Amino acid sequence: MLAFLLKRLSMAVLVALTVSSLTFSLNFLSGDPAIALGGESATEADLQTIRETYGYDKPIPVQYINWLTRAVQGDLGQSHYLNQPVSEEIFQRLPTTMALGLCALVFALALSIPLGVLAAIRPNSLLDRFALTIAVVGQAMPSFWFGLTMMLWFAINWRILPVSGSDSWKHFVMPSIALGYYITPGVMRLTRAGMLEVLRSDYIRTARAKGVSKFSLLFKHALRNAIIPVVSLAAVQFGFMLGGSIVIETIFAINGLGFLAWESIQRADLPMMQAIVLVLSFFYIALTFFADVLNAWLDPRIRIG
Amino acid sequence: MTNTTKPILSIRNLTVALPVKIERANAVQNLTFDVRPKEILCVVGESGSGKSITSLATMGLLASSLRVTGGEIEFDGRDVLTLDQAEHNALRGDRMAMIFQEPMTALNPAYTVGDQIAEVFRVHRDYDGDERRKRTLKLLEEVRLPDPERLYNSYPHQLSGGQRQRIMIAMALALDPKLLIADEPTTALDVTTQKQILHLLKQLNANHDAGIMFITHDFSVVAEIADRVVVMRHGQIVEQGTAQEVLSNPQHPYTRALIDAVPRRAQDRDHVVSEHPVVIDVQNLNKTFHTAGSMFKKSRTVSAVKNISFQVRRGETLGIVGESGSGKTTLVRCLMRLIDPDSGAINISGVDFASQTSAALRQHRKDIQIVFQDPYGSLNPRRTIGSQLIQGAINFGVSREEAWDRVYKLLEIVQMPKYSVHRYPSQFSGGQRQRLCIARALVVNPKVLIADEAVSALDVSIQREVLKLINDIRDRLGLTVIFITHDLRVAAQICDEVLVMKHGEVVERGGVGRIFTAPEHDYTKALIAAQPGQDWEIPMMAEFAPQAAARKVGTL
Repeated sequence: MLAFLLKRLSMAVLVALTVSSLTFSLNFLSGDPAIALGGESATEADLQTIRETYGYDKPIPVQYINWLTRAVQGDLGQSHYLNQPVSEEIFQRLPTTMALGLCALVFALALSIPLGVLAAIRPNSLLDRFALTIAVVGQAMPSFWFGLTMMLWFAINWRILPVSGSDSWKHFVMPSIALGYYITPGVMRLTRAGMLEVLRSDYIRTARAKGVSKFSLLFKHALRNAIIPVVSLAAVQFGFMLGGSIVIETIFAINGLGFLAWESIQRADLPMMQAIVLVLSFFYIALTFFADVLNAWLDPRIRIG
Repeated sequence: MTNTTKPILSIRNLTVALPVKIERANAVQNLTFDVRPKEILCVVGESGSGKSITSLATMGLLASSLRVTGGEIEFDGRDVLTLDQAEHNALRGDRMAMIFQEPMTALNPAYTVGDQIAEVFRVHRDYDGDERRKRTLKLLEEVRLPDPERLYNSYPHQLSGGQRQRIMIAMALALDPKLLIADEPTTALDVTTQKQILHLLKQLNANHDAGIMFITHDFSVVAEIADRVVVMRHGQIVEQGTAQEVLSNPQHPYTRALIDAVPRRAQDRDHVVSEHPVVIDVQNLNKTFHTAGSMFKKSRTVSAVKNISFQVRRGETLGIVGESGSGKTTLVRCLMRLIDPDSGAINISGVDFASQTSAALRQHRKDIQIVFQDPYGSLNPRRTIGSQLIQGAINFGVSREEAWDRVYKLLEIVQMPKYSVHRYPSQFSGGQRQRLCIARALVVNPKVLIADEAVSALDVSIQREVLKLINDIRDRLGLTVIFITHDLRVAAQICDEVLVMKHGEVVERGGVGRIFTAPEHDYTKALIAAQPGQDWEIPMMAEFAPQAAARKVGTL
């Protein structure tokens, strides 16, 4: 188990390094970053000052190492727009986005896994059709549109939930559903398929021959085996959700990382965007690592080779 | 023997309906038999005879698409068909238990085997954790598993097939059931493991009171363990009686046919060296597999083929016999250059198969063709038989008309109707598919035909027909055959010479008669001794497999 963990951990570190170098290269997207900063009216002397101030005159590998050293210490650079360290702003907004992401994930799993299991117990039943409908609708409907529709009914027509903002838990209900619904179809279909396959397997028949109760059959013997691919998928989907939060946070004016990303894009605040991409990628890597660990715990064949 | 005791299970006029009329309306029809305490009743039949459905109905595990439409299954004084799920659950694992065919998949991969056995106690008894563990360890000992303490915490994937089957048996015996149903419990195991498991079951039968209903297709196994026998065909009983009666004096024609199809021990015939030219010449062949190591895992090296040399002459059949993991499949894959050997020479009718580049080898590949074990998996389900059959010939530059000519000719040889070409694989039975696979291999006019466990998945009666077909084709087309099998009895029927393999090495080689009557190597002796039904004098001998030297070798 320890060997497995170390192996996964070293891979996660490798991926993180790769991602960081890609993020760093964003600096050079528009050619000379000094021109991008100085604008069209900057003189050659101005550009030279900018280059020296931000270290753009050094060789690129040196720039990368310097940037990485600072990043590891928590210094992700200086926002061009806000004129303050980007990390301050990011870590102030991060909890909001995390809360939103977690709520959305809990909502998505709480909806999709039970529905997937129920659909698998009674394939082609009314319940299965209902679950399928939910999946198809979820896949077909853009999350921003779903968010706006909810806003129209719950906030404007019925006035039971606040329209936008992030002041109380009530503000998080609609955005969490909008964001979580987006990943529900995939997770549900995979749970259903996994359960169907496992329920047909020989070891389920063995468990039935032992006289194991239906409940224990489903949740102890079947679900543990069926959920393994779902764990991996959920981790990936959670990553997508962090990306999706840009849209949802903007619509619901939630003061989180996604909203900040949108603001920074508008302000062409490159260091801020760079830092956000980096932070989100690291969460993504951490999630994948966590999913691997969870799977190893669930499946001894992964743990003990 | 114990005819006077009250039966623990009596099945009366049981009828189970099939969902749609596929071949017949009922899976089993009007079935009546008893299982008494302490006896082993063998239910014998080929695939589709309804023997598994009978056992699943008794256990209350029938698929929901199958309905019992008539009769009773009286277990310990109650008709189990009238029980509800909860009542049946209370019986299962406690007073009736079952062992299944496939030990590799019958255990939950996510839990330790100890916990899976202990679960039986948790479901049916109020023992505390210590008591459950103690009893589980005792069971592990009773089924003679080494080091019970360590095994308790092992996961299924860490155990061999035989060990897993012992776990299944331990699980079934946990609460000393009155009825034990064993559905082909040794079919998926190697012959030496099979012997141990059969031995174990017999011993347990002596120490426990359970009546055992043992389902099998193999009359040799019946001869080994049965007290009484029920023979089933198409869902009906055709014959039942004591083992003695049925085995030595079968009455029903179907029972006779089944017993007649049992592969016999080799007759005492000498291997005569034929004068035909050598077609396959293998010298010092080696193949080693390395599993890549990493920072945390040591790399492993397995010698799958160790320094093997042999020759086969035209018109001969060489048997390669060994248990799983003995390296026989690796040897054949090297021979066909599906994988590259590490060293050694392979010469197949004058072509160097060991060291040529694959591109240079391509046009010679038609000389050596193979038929695989699983006739269900080796035909593409989405293409017609015809298009699959002509493909090989066309690949080697034969015109369409000529390819079709050959296909029709071969269909005749493998005794399949011409219209087969328009059909899809799913429309054929296992035996028919294997005939089609043979035709597919022959369509490129090979010089060597390899049969890799080609009859292992087939019922005995069909097995016999396919063996006869391979024999006929060899003589008619002048083929050289390499026949790979784990079953010595099958090898005895068709081969001239046999290589016995163990751990990648040839431990013994010789003519079929000699190997069977006077084996020299201990492993060969063990293999032969492990054959079930040794003491059974099979009635009504019928024989084929003439000797190679005496055979006339034809050409196509």
